[in-house]
Amino acid sequence: MRNRTRLRFLEKKRMNRTYELMFIVRPDMAEEDLDKLISTLETAVSSSGGTMKNVEKMGKRRLAYTVRRFHDGMYILLTVEGSGGLIHELERRLRVTEPVLKFISVRIDEEQKRLDKIKAIRDARKKVSAAPAAAAPAADGGETTPAAV
Amino acid sequence: MADETKAPEAPAASEGHSQRPPSRGPRPGGGPGGPREGGRKYFRRKKVCKFCVEKIENINYKDVRLLAQFVAESGKIVPRRLTGVCTPHQRRLSSAIKIARNIALLPFAGRAM
Repeated sequence: MRNRTRLRFLEKKRMNRTYELMFIVRPDMAEEDLDKLISTLETAVSSSGGTMKNVEKMGKRRLAYTVRRFHDGMYILLTVEGSGGLIHELERRLRVTEPVLKFISVRIDEEQKRLDKIKAIRDARKKVSAAPAAAAPAADGGETTPAAV
Repeated sequence: MADETKAPEAPAASEGHSQRPPSRGPRPGGGPGGPREGGRKYFRRKKVCKFCVEKIENINYKDVRLLAQFVAESGKIVPRRLTGVCTPHQRRLSSAIKIARNIALLPFAGRAM
Protein backbone atom coordinates (compact mmCIF):
# COMPACT_ATOMS: atom_id res chain seq x y z
CA MET A 1 0.00 0.00 0.00
CA ARG A 2 2.69 2.42 0.95
CA ASN A 3 4.63 1.56 -2.15
CA ARG A 4 1.62 2.17 -4.37
CA THR A 5 0.95 5.60 -2.96
CA ARG A 6 4.59 6.51 -3.28
CA LEU A 7 4.58 5.34 -6.85
CA ARG A 8 1.53 7.41 -7.64
CA PHE A 9 3.12 10.44 -6.03
CA LEU A 10 6.26 9.98 -8.05
CA GLU A 11 4.26 9.45 -11.21
CA LYS A 12 2.44 12.68 -10.65
CA LYS A 13 5.72 14.47 -10.35
CA ARG A 14 6.80 13.16 -13.71
CA MET A 15 6.22 15.79 -16.32
CA ASN A 16 4.47 14.15 -19.20
CA ARG A 17 1.70 16.55 -20.05
CA THR A 18 1.66 17.99 -23.51
CA TYR A 19 0.14 21.39 -24.05
CA GLU A 20 -0.54 23.52 -27.06
CA LEU A 21 -0.09 27.18 -26.38
CA MET A 22 -1.43 29.47 -29.05
CA PHE A 23 -1.04 33.19 -28.78
CA ILE A 24 -1.68 36.22 -30.92
CA VAL A 25 0.83 39.00 -31.23
CA ARG A 26 0.08 42.44 -32.58
CA PRO A 27 0.71 42.58 -36.34
CA ASP A 28 3.12 45.50 -36.23
CA MET A 29 5.58 43.68 -34.05
CA ALA A 30 9.05 43.25 -35.49
CA GLU A 31 10.23 39.81 -36.46
CA GLU A 32 13.28 39.96 -34.22
CA ASP A 33 11.24 40.98 -31.20
CA LEU A 34 9.01 38.05 -31.85
CA ASP A 35 11.99 35.72 -32.03
CA LYS A 36 13.29 37.22 -28.82
CA LEU A 37 9.98 36.54 -27.15
CA ILE A 38 9.94 32.96 -28.37
CA SER A 39 13.46 32.36 -27.15
CA THR A 40 12.55 33.79 -23.74
CA LEU A 41 9.73 31.33 -23.56
CA GLU A 42 12.02 28.54 -24.63
CA THR A 43 14.46 29.28 -21.87
CA ALA A 44 11.62 29.36 -19.38
CA VAL A 45 10.50 25.98 -20.63
CA SER A 46 13.90 24.37 -20.40
CA SER A 47 14.67 25.88 -17.03
CA SER A 48 11.53 24.31 -15.61
CA GLY A 49 12.59 20.99 -17.01
CA GLY A 50 10.20 20.76 -19.91
CA THR A 51 10.77 20.48 -23.62
CA MET A 52 9.56 22.70 -26.39
CA LYS A 53 8.44 20.30 -29.01
CA ASN A 54 7.40 22.60 -31.78
CA VAL A 55 7.19 26.26 -32.66
CA GLU A 56 4.93 27.21 -35.51
CA LYS A 57 4.40 30.71 -36.74
CA MET A 58 1.06 30.58 -38.38
CA GLY A 59 1.46 33.98 -39.90
CA LYS A 60 -0.75 36.99 -40.07
CA ARG A 61 -4.46 36.30 -40.00
CA ARG A 62 -7.54 38.36 -39.89
CA LEU A 63 -9.11 38.25 -36.46
CA ALA A 64 -12.73 37.27 -36.16
CA TYR A 65 -13.37 40.26 -33.93
CA THR A 66 -11.48 43.34 -32.87
CA VAL A 67 -9.02 42.76 -30.09
CA ARG A 68 -7.53 45.82 -28.51
CA ARG A 69 -8.44 47.75 -31.66
CA PHE A 70 -6.51 45.38 -33.95
CA HIS A 71 -8.11 43.62 -36.87
CA ASP A 72 -5.18 41.34 -37.73
CA GLY A 73 -2.70 39.45 -35.70
CA MET A 74 0.29 37.14 -35.91
CA TYR A 75 -0.56 33.69 -34.65
CA ILE A 76 2.07 31.54 -33.01
CA LEU A 77 1.59 27.99 -31.86
CA LEU A 78 3.88 26.32 -29.37
CA THR A 79 3.76 22.68 -28.42
CA VAL A 80 5.25 22.22 -25.00
CA GLU A 81 5.79 19.17 -22.89
CA GLY A 82 6.00 19.72 -19.18
CA SER A 83 4.14 20.05 -15.95
CA GLY A 84 1.18 22.21 -15.13
CA GLY A 85 3.35 24.66 -13.25
CA LEU A 86 5.34 25.26 -16.40
CA ILE A 87 2.26 26.29 -18.32
CA HIS A 88 1.27 28.53 -15.46
CA GLU A 89 4.63 30.25 -15.74
CA LEU A 90 4.38 30.63 -19.52
CA GLU A 91 0.92 32.09 -19.27
CA ARG A 92 2.07 34.52 -16.64
CA ARG A 93 4.83 35.71 -18.94
CA LEU A 94 2.49 36.06 -21.87
CA ARG A 95 0.00 38.00 -19.82
CA VAL A 96 2.69 40.47 -18.88
CA THR A 97 4.13 40.84 -22.39
CA GLU A 98 2.63 43.87 -23.98
CA PRO A 99 2.46 42.87 -27.68
CA VAL A 100 0.62 39.64 -26.88
CA LEU A 101 -3.08 40.16 -27.47
CA LYS A 102 -4.56 36.80 -26.59
CA PHE A 103 -3.37 33.37 -25.60
CA ILE A 104 -4.89 30.04 -24.91
CA SER A 105 -3.37 26.80 -23.69
CA VAL A 106 -4.94 23.45 -24.38
CA ARG A 107 -3.88 20.16 -22.90
CA ILE A 108 -3.49 17.63 -25.66
CA ASP A 109 -1.89 14.50 -24.24
CA GLU A 110 -5.17 12.85 -23.29
CA GLU A 111 -6.64 13.68 -26.66
CA GLN A 112 -3.54 12.38 -28.36
CA LYS A 113 -3.83 9.14 -26.44
CA ARG A 114 -7.39 8.73 -27.59
CA LEU A 115 -6.49 9.45 -31.22
CA ASP A 116 -3.59 7.03 -31.15
CA LYS A 117 -5.83 4.36 -29.70
CA ILE A 118 -8.38 4.84 -32.45
CA LYS A 119 -5.69 4.83 -35.06
CA ALA A 120 -4.24 1.61 -33.63
CA ILE A 121 -7.64 -0.04 -33.71
CA ARG A 122 -8.19 1.08 -37.27
CA ASP A 123 -4.78 -0.11 -38.41
CA ALA A 124 -5.30 -3.45 -36.74
CA ARG A 125 -8.62 -3.78 -38.52
CA LYS A 126 -7.05 -2.94 -41.84
CA LYS A 127 -4.36 -5.54 -41.35
CA VAL A 128 -6.92 -8.20 -40.61
CA SER A 129 -8.84 -7.38 -43.74
CA ALA A 130 -5.71 -6.93 -45.84
CA ALA A 131 -4.39 -10.45 -45.15
CA PRO A 132 -7.28 -12.43 -46.68
CA ALA A 133 -7.57 -9.87 -49.48
CA ALA A 134 -3.95 -10.42 -50.42
CA ALA A 135 -4.41 -14.18 -50.36
CA ALA A 136 -7.51 -14.16 -52.53
CA PRO A 137 -7.49 -11.02 -54.66
CA ALA A 138 -10.35 -12.14 -56.89
CA ALA A 139 -12.74 -12.64 -54.03
CA ASP A 140 -15.30 -9.90 -53.44
CA GLY A 141 -13.19 -7.00 -54.58
CA GLY A 142 -12.84 -4.14 -52.17
CA GLU A 143 -14.39 -5.31 -48.98
CA THR A 144 -13.12 -2.86 -46.46
CA THR A 145 -13.72 -3.70 -42.84
CA PRO A 146 -14.86 -6.91 -41.28
CA ALA A 147 -18.06 -6.87 -39.26
CA ALA A 148 -16.51 -5.86 -35.98
CA VAL A 149 -18.32 -3.07 -34.02
CA MET B 1 -49.58 10.25 -5.68
CA ALA B 2 -46.63 12.50 -6.03
CA ASP B 3 -44.57 9.64 -7.42
CA GLU B 4 -47.19 8.81 -10.00
CA THR B 5 -47.27 12.30 -11.37
CA LYS B 6 -43.52 12.56 -11.43
CA ALA B 7 -42.84 9.26 -13.19
CA PRO B 8 -44.44 10.00 -16.58
CA GLU B 9 -42.89 13.44 -16.65
CA ALA B 10 -39.35 12.27 -16.13
CA PRO B 11 -38.92 10.13 -19.28
CA ALA B 12 -40.53 12.78 -21.44
CA ALA B 13 -38.20 15.40 -20.08
CA SER B 14 -35.13 13.27 -20.59
CA GLU B 15 -36.26 12.26 -24.06
CA GLY B 16 -36.78 15.80 -25.17
CA HIS B 17 -33.54 16.96 -23.67
CA SER B 18 -31.24 16.61 -26.60
CA GLN B 19 -33.72 16.72 -29.41
CA ARG B 20 -36.57 19.09 -29.44
CA PRO B 21 -39.50 19.27 -30.03
CA PRO B 22 -40.23 16.66 -27.37
CA SER B 23 -43.95 16.34 -27.78
CA ARG B 24 -44.06 15.25 -31.42
CA GLY B 25 -44.98 11.70 -30.64
CA PRO B 26 -43.34 8.59 -32.11
CA ARG B 27 -40.87 9.00 -34.92
CA PRO B 28 -42.21 7.97 -38.32
CA GLY B 29 -39.05 6.33 -39.51
CA GLY B 30 -40.47 5.47 -42.91
CA GLY B 31 -42.56 8.46 -43.76
CA PRO B 32 -40.90 11.68 -44.78
CA GLY B 33 -43.18 14.65 -44.62
CA GLY B 34 -44.61 13.35 -41.41
CA PRO B 35 -48.16 13.30 -40.24
CA ARG B 36 -48.23 17.06 -40.07
CA GLU B 37 -47.22 19.60 -42.65
CA GLY B 38 -46.05 22.06 -40.08
CA GLY B 39 -43.40 19.74 -38.70
CA ARG B 40 -40.62 20.75 -41.03
CA LYS B 41 -37.76 20.16 -38.64
CA TYR B 42 -38.49 16.47 -38.38
CA PHE B 43 -36.21 13.61 -39.27
CA ARG B 44 -36.94 14.27 -42.90
CA ARG B 45 -33.70 13.78 -44.73
CA LYS B 46 -32.24 11.25 -42.29
CA LYS B 47 -28.99 13.15 -42.08
CA VAL B 48 -25.94 11.20 -41.08
CA CYS B 49 -23.15 12.43 -38.90
CA LYS B 50 -20.45 13.83 -41.12
CA PHE B 51 -17.72 12.84 -38.70
CA CYS B 52 -18.88 9.27 -38.41
CA VAL B 53 -19.12 8.85 -42.16
CA GLU B 54 -15.81 10.41 -43.05
CA LYS B 55 -14.17 8.99 -39.94
CA ILE B 56 -12.80 12.33 -38.85
CA GLU B 57 -11.68 11.82 -35.30
CA ASN B 58 -9.55 14.86 -34.71
CA ILE B 59 -11.89 17.80 -34.30
CA ASN B 60 -9.35 20.50 -33.65
CA TYR B 61 -10.04 24.10 -32.81
CA LYS B 62 -7.44 25.06 -35.40
CA ASP B 63 -9.18 23.92 -38.57
CA VAL B 64 -11.53 26.81 -38.94
CA ARG B 65 -12.92 25.65 -42.26
CA LEU B 66 -14.26 22.46 -40.73
CA LEU B 67 -15.71 24.26 -37.74
CA ALA B 68 -17.22 27.05 -39.79
CA GLN B 69 -19.50 24.55 -41.52
CA PHE B 70 -21.30 24.04 -38.24
CA VAL B 71 -21.57 27.69 -37.31
CA ALA B 72 -24.44 29.84 -38.54
CA GLU B 73 -24.00 33.24 -40.14
CA SER B 74 -24.81 34.87 -36.87
CA GLY B 75 -21.94 32.97 -35.28
CA LYS B 76 -24.19 30.62 -33.34
CA ILE B 77 -23.41 26.91 -33.14
CA VAL B 78 -25.94 25.02 -35.26
CA PRO B 79 -27.94 22.46 -33.26
CA ARG B 80 -27.38 18.84 -34.11
CA ARG B 81 -30.92 18.23 -35.20
CA LEU B 82 -30.18 20.43 -38.19
CA THR B 83 -26.72 19.16 -39.01
CA GLY B 84 -27.28 15.52 -38.14
CA VAL B 85 -24.11 15.22 -36.08
CA CYS B 86 -24.10 12.56 -33.44
CA THR B 87 -23.91 13.51 -29.78
CA PRO B 88 -20.28 12.76 -28.88
CA HIS B 89 -19.08 14.52 -31.99
CA GLN B 90 -21.36 17.44 -31.37
CA ARG B 91 -19.94 17.83 -27.89
CA ARG B 92 -16.38 17.82 -29.16
CA LEU B 93 -17.31 20.12 -31.96
CA SER B 94 -18.88 22.68 -29.69
CA SER B 95 -15.96 22.71 -27.29
CA ALA B 96 -13.62 23.16 -30.24
CA ILE B 97 -15.77 26.02 -31.51
CA LYS B 98 -15.70 27.65 -28.10
CA ILE B 99 -11.91 27.43 -27.96
CA ALA B 100 -11.70 28.85 -31.46
CA ARG B 101 -13.95 31.71 -30.45
CA ASN B 102 -11.69 32.53 -27.54
CA ILE B 103 -8.64 32.73 -29.75
CA ALA B 104 -10.43 34.91 -32.34
CA LEU B 105 -10.52 32.28 -35.05
CA LEU B 106 -14.30 32.32 -35.01
CA PRO B 107 -16.54 35.19 -34.02
CA PHE B 108 -18.74 35.18 -31.00
CA ALA B 109 -21.44 37.02 -32.89
CA GLY B 110 -21.40 37.68 -36.63
CA ARG B 111 -24.22 39.95 -37.50
CA ALA B 112 -26.15 40.75 -34.34
CA MET B 113 -29.41 38.90 -34.90
